[in-house]
Amino acid sequence: MPSPVQVRCCDASGCRSAGSQALRNALEGARDAAGLDPSQLTIKPVGCLRLCGSGPLVACDGPGPTQLFGGMAPEQAGALIAAALPSSPAPGSGDPLAAHRLDLEAPFFALQRPVVLEGCGQVDPESIDDAIAFGTYAQLQRVLQELSPEQVRDEVRRSGLRGRGGAGYPTGLKWDTVALQPPGPRYVVCNADEGDPGAFMDRSVLESDPHRLIEGMAIAAYAVGAERGFVYVRAEYPLAIERLRLALQQARSRHLLGNHIHGTSFNLRLEVRVGAGAYVCGEETALLLSIQGQRGMPQPRPPFPAQSGLWGAPTLINNVETFTAVPAILRQGGDWYAAMGTAHSKGTKVFALSGAVVNTGLVEVPMGTSLRTVVELIGGGVPDGSPIKAVQTGGPSGGCIPAERLDTPVDYESLVELGSMMGSGGMVVMGQSTSMPEVARHFMGFSVNESCGKCVPCRAGTVQLAQLLDRFVERRATSADMERLDALCQMVKVTSLCGLGQSAPNPVLSTLRWFRHEYEAACREPSGCVATGRVR
Amino acid sequence: MAWALASKGRWENNGMTPSAAASTDPRIAQVIRRHGARADALIEVLHQVQELHGYLAPESLRDVATGMRLPLSRVHGVASFYHLFRLEPPTAHRCAVCLGTACYVKGGAQVAARIEQRLGVRLDDPAGDGVWALQHVSCLGACGQAPVLVVDGELMTRLPVDQPEALDARLEAAGLPQRTTT
Repeated sequence: MPSPVQVRCCDASGCRSAGSQALRNALEGARDAAGLDPSQLTIKPVGCLRLCGSGPLVACDGPGPTQLFGGMAPEQAGALIAAALPSSPAPGSGDPLAAHRLDLEAPFFALQRPVVLEGCGQVDPESIDDAIAFGTYAQLQRVLQELSPEQVRDEVRRSGLRGRGGAGYPTGLKWDTVALQPPGPRYVVCNADEGDPGAFMDRSVLESDPHRLIEGMAIAAYAVGAERGFVYVRAEYPLAIERLRLALQQARSRHLLGNHIHGTSFNLRLEVRVGAGAYVCGEETALLLSIQGQRGMPQPRPPFPAQSGLWGAPTLINNVETFTAVPAILRQGGDWYAAMGTAHSKGTKVFALSGAVVNTGLVEVPMGTSLRTVVELIGGGVPDGSPIKAVQTGGPSGGCIPAERLDTPVDYESLVELGSMMGSGGMVVMGQSTSMPEVARHFMGFSVNESCGKCVPCRAGTVQLAQLLDRFVERRATSADMERLDALCQMVKVTSLCGLGQSAPNPVLSTLRWFRHEYEAACREPSGCVATGRVR
Repeated sequence: MAWALASKGRWENNGMTPSAAASTDPRIAQVIRRHGARADALIEVLHQVQELHGYLAPESLRDVATGMRLPLSRVHGVASFYHLFRLEPPTAHRCAVCLGTACYVKGGAQVAARIEQRLGVRLDDPAGDGVWALQHVSCLGACGQAPVLVVDGELMTRLPVDQPEALDARLEAAGLPQRTTT
């Protein structure tokens, strides 16, 4: 019997840094002081409750509607327990927590469509019992006992799911490619090397609902015939690593991983591999080398990892969000998933909203939702009420989308058309005070630091681009610099070996396209720049 | 690179192929045994060795190469490739200021400048002032609380960039000494 009142405290790293653990201790003390025991009022640590900027967040479920509170201090624990109890009067003018109440009917919450995040903020990420009670691992069992690997792949193909790491490759097609390789060992790998600055979707999933990811990976492993897999997590996410390791251990002890899972002939061993701070390892061929204990340097493709990956065996690589979407797709059917989104981008997408925006946090919306809806309605716009200048998507591989294009639907193709890309889902809002050449310089500095050094266009080209951009930032550029910037961007884009180099010029190209006047204004003789600047 | 050149002398007597006869740090040997000396565990082994000693000294790298039966060049190649591996002893105290996009938009660079001034160190100079050093990180995934800073492993969030006194108070509370007068 679930207890009638449940208090869910966010225990993801965002709220932790805002003091959620002290708050939870205080809540437990306040419950005891009120003479209640855990069967009457459960206090449960959960994962991300979305509105990270207002942490620590606490949600109270009772007989009435769920109440959500933000920015709570331990001193307010008593008032919160009182508010959580069914006997508490309806919040009126004397409500001591009025300033902390968050409206769950507000667009930030109401417009979300949780699929990947459906367990985030609901389940205790450190308890497999809680995850199972929520329905996790039920699809793994059904798949193993009722479906053939072909049927699983068919369902995923029908869902139209595309890779959520950024490139958007059709997931079903990738699974088929791996499954149809000649007989032999196969591997399944989860890319949790979420390195794009401004992205924290994968971290939130790992910290909030790790069992869901494990279930998705296990289903994928069954579908492609893999018996071994790895989750490659960046070392910068210690809590995510800790929870994932704990979850794997719990799953093994329940025989949800290991040999003869659910009494079938399906075996799976999953391990965590921790990165060591190299952004380039998010590139799949580099990631595979890093899992094998080597320098993470991208390799030319083909062969693709689906043909020849870890130790030369066919390897399926998907991102955290992609795997995590799989259990819901199996449960509700591929057609259900495909009914959401646009013609070519199905389902939902998780975004990490941050920067100059009122509501910062995690947002999951159907594909095709307009950027304006995400940043103005859900995000609440710039804090001081001034208009948004641009939205940065796709991290250092993406670009800045200007305010006048905010009505663009968010899908893979539309964002590429605007010179940006979906990327993994980081969305950083920029206000009027942000200078675009400085943003471009900022990203180029990142690419200089993170270039692995293997190919010359990226290793030397990014350095030259950074130096050119310095001239604009310091307002000593000339019209010739503008020409050089254009030409060098094209060269680096076309001739680099891997995605990092090929996309490193994107922040420059997109700001040149939409905010060219800022570059021109940064020239020593602005009139000269205008005269020679190519019109696009 | 500068490190490799400056440290060249430290490698000379060891030769480039480590010999099993060299005395190995027993704790490093234990770490390697735990991983079954598998070559693919090299990054994990280096993480744990760095945890033992705070950094990866030339002797430690040699011990790892010996214990894992890998060429020293491979071990050094991996150790020097990844940003999180330190090849020089760290300072006693460290600050890492996030300069990811969200923190950048919210004034992360100003936080860095304030700390540079306060401690009298340069950003990304690993030597710092001998006790404190300030480095940048590209993103900690705490974008919802930008701008953020890590002081000796503790994450500090929502730093008040627009209020210098409040920012100073937060830095003071985190134990950052005021080395230079403002």
